Amino acid sequence: MTNTLGRADFDLITAWIAPGDRVLDLGCGDGTLLKHLIETRGVHGWGVEIDDATVLAAIRNGINVIQGNLEKGLDEFADQAFDHVVLSRTLQTVRHTEGILREMLRVGREAVVSFPNFAYWKNLRSVLEGRMPVSEDLPYQWYDSPNVRFFTLLDFEDLCARMGLVIRERHVLDEEGNPVEDEVNFLGSLAVYRLTLNR
Amino acid sequence: MPGQSVGVVESQRAHFDQPLHLRSGSVLPAYELVYETYGTLNAARSNAILVCHALSGHHHVAGHYADQPDNIGWWDNIVGPGRPLDTDRFFIVGVNNLGGCHGSTGPSSLNPATGKPWGAAFPMVAVIDWVHAQARLADRLGIESWAAIMGGSLGGMQALRWSITYPERVRNAIVIAAAPRLSAQNIAFNDVARQAILTDPDFHGGNYYEYGTRPVRGLRLARMLGHITYLSDDQMGEKFGRELRNSAFSFGFGVEFEVESYLRHQGDKFAGHFDANTYLLMTKALDYFDPAREDNGNLTATMARSKANFLIVSFSTDWRFSPARSKEMVAALLAAGRDVSYAEIGLNFGHDSFLMDDAHYHGVIDAYLRNIKP
Repeated sequence: MTNTLGRADFDLITAWIAPGDRVLDLGCGDGTLLKHLIETRGVHGWGVEIDDATVLAAIRNGINVIQGNLEKGLDEFADQAFDHVVLSRTLQTVRHTEGILREMLRVGREAVVSFPNFAYWKNLRSVLEGRMPVSEDLPYQWYDSPNVRFFTLLDFEDLCARMGLVIRERHVLDEEGNPVEDEVNFLGSLAVYRLTLNR
Repeated sequence: MPGQSVGVVESQRAHFDQPLHLRSGSVLPAYELVYETYGTLNAARSNAILVCHALSGHHHVAGHYADQPDNIGWWDNIVGPGRPLDTDRFFIVGVNNLGGCHGSTGPSSLNPATGKPWGAAFPMVAVIDWVHAQARLADRLGIESWAAIMGGSLGGMQALRWSITYPERVRNAIVIAAAPRLSAQNIAFNDVARQAILTDPDFHGGNYYEYGTRPVRGLRLARMLGHITYLSDDQMGEKFGRELRNSAFSFGFGVEFEVESYLRHQGDKFAGHFDANTYLLMTKALDYFDPAREDNGNLTATMARSKANFLIVSFSTDWRFSPARSKEMVAALLAAGRDVSYAEIGLNFGHDSFLMDDAHYHGVIDAYLRNIKP
């Protein structure tokens, strides 16, 4: 699969978002995804980012960015203020997992969550060989990783069920960004979910 | 500090004959505003940035005067060629507000009706009055809409008020270290400062000019108190700690600790030149500022009237106008669906951080302004 931004999940996320939607991107980095959504979908977008240098980069990119800590919730944002709330490759870095998922669906109609799958076969092989995994989707050494939660597709889906979150769509990708259809928990490196509240 | 100073500048005066109806109900029949400009207004008159001053500021934002090389503008570090407020791109305007004591009509100006200084007769001015007066200056300069209006503290409140009162005339508002309204604690600090002035025997009900005196002691105390609230505890600890001027306690009430020496010096310096009536007026303008009052306290409804893009900036060690107060504005702007960015800068200088020359802080302002199309 070719993708415009070098991040396969961006194309999937883009496809789920309608022109003119209001989008909140949590952990927006330098605003690359939002900028892409603004240019291709004409969305009205805001990002949240904690890091000084990245906030500066997002402002330089002309993106609306709110400096804040996802661990402290989304108090600045009103209920159901957004059509989509995106958490791209960031859930594994957040300690308050349930809290952020609940907040996403408080402020937004839909949540889009992507994360690296720790049960991906290459990751398992690494561990079997006695090493923590380092891959395209887990590009860190154990001592400099921002990741604090280690989980798999199955784990995440259990949590969704427990929290009453409805999985509307799921896409699983391998390390090259190609779609994975079978044995997803074993063959998938990155998962992208589209969630709503059960109501 | 990258970039250069704007160098030699001159201040200008504008006289206005059209009466100004003030928030308090009073009318100012005529007035003068003193202002400075840096850079060149482009042919489309679309590159103007208004810099609003805070409590003790004025129109001399940047550069220095030819005959006073040491009289450098209060925000010189951010204005000039290659600096965030880049005079190669923007036309920068600084204006001394009504009620001020740096040349614009204020309590120490002569009241044409009496031929004596206005003193206590000078009407109470509110932030919205300053904004109306600034709008008339903009008309005079041929500026229909500002590329940006910015300010720190009380200056940020003017930027906010502009965006609400003249939504068509503000394309960007940069609101730094401000709040949508003062807290009880803030009003309390202001009132203690005012009480220091009002109870000074040299105050003479505000008409001290006629007595050839000034309430220097009260103004000095007011400034000392204010100054403490503009600094952070950490910064004072680092700068002064418990350092003594001499090595041993003297068991008296003279200056012993370095922090006492510093504060007294700051108080003396300020009281030596600033007008006490202006200080009273500025603090009242701060206390009254509450644009959401027009919407029964609903700040979102108030901010929904603005059409500007916003950059809100706060400082982590600012406890006078804390980051939480900035976030109130951010939340209202988000709820109103406005374009807004928010940066919380980790500077150690409390409320005064907004005047500091810091690479990240200035980088944020610079990055935001670079995306503005004049």
